[in-house]
Amino acid sequence: MLVLTEELIELDIKAENAEDAIRKAGQLLVNAGLAEDRYVDAMVKGFQDVGPYIVIAPHIAFPHARPESGALGKGVSIVRLSEPVVFGHPSNDPITLVCALCGTDSTSHIEMLQALANLLRDEEKLNMIMNTATTKEDILSII
Amino acid sequence: MKIVTVCGMGFGTSLMLLMDIQSIAKGHGYEVNGEAVDLGSAKGMSCDFMVASSEISTELQDEPMEVISINNLLDKDEIESKVMPIIKRLAEKG
Repeated sequence: MLVLTEELIELDIKAENAEDAIRKAGQLLVNAGLAEDRYVDAMVKGFQDVGPYIVIAPHIAFPHARPESGALGKGVSIVRLSEPVVFGHPSNDPITLVCALCGTDSTSHIEMLQALANLLRDEEKLNMIMNTATTKEDILSII
Repeated sequence: MKIVTVCGMGFGTSLMLLMDIQSIAKGHGYEVNGEAVDLGSAKGMSCDFMVASSEISTELQDEPMEVISINNLLDKDEIESKVMPIIKRLAEKG
């Protein structure tokens, strides 16, 4: 089950670098009341400490942090960048789609993660999300 | 047969990977036990083999067992083609 609202989506925004992209996706979670500011800092720190492990597929990153780092709810935000950004991944760079994830315990968000994965495994829907969707409504309509 | 799937923070991508592997293995008639853990917990664990995203697998080079590296966690064909040969090999060994 994937719960998305317009306030959790940004299309074709510009990010200076990977950290900026993670912060922009994280800010949507904060704005929606799903995470505290420090959760965004923790996502950035995780990326800096552990490396670009959040890049899960070509051109797609799933930044996240531990639930105890300030997650207030379960949710995902979707940011499509106007210009792809390098995250430092050996084979999947550059990144166009940044989906920030948060969950309040270690299991409740697994269904959400799987729903998101299944959505992005659908080539037609992935193409719409990555390329052809022009409005937030377009994105919501295919979920 | 026991496998360990590993992600950076143990948030969920490792569990997603484990569930995909178990369902792929089941489709081939194999039952696979497993555990999904973060990178810190993975080091020193005992299992038949580990599976991790390509970025994480380089951190597990010192582990004694085979570590399978997945580039695209959304690509079930890649997961199947890399994981099934070793599952079959282990199953034949008993």
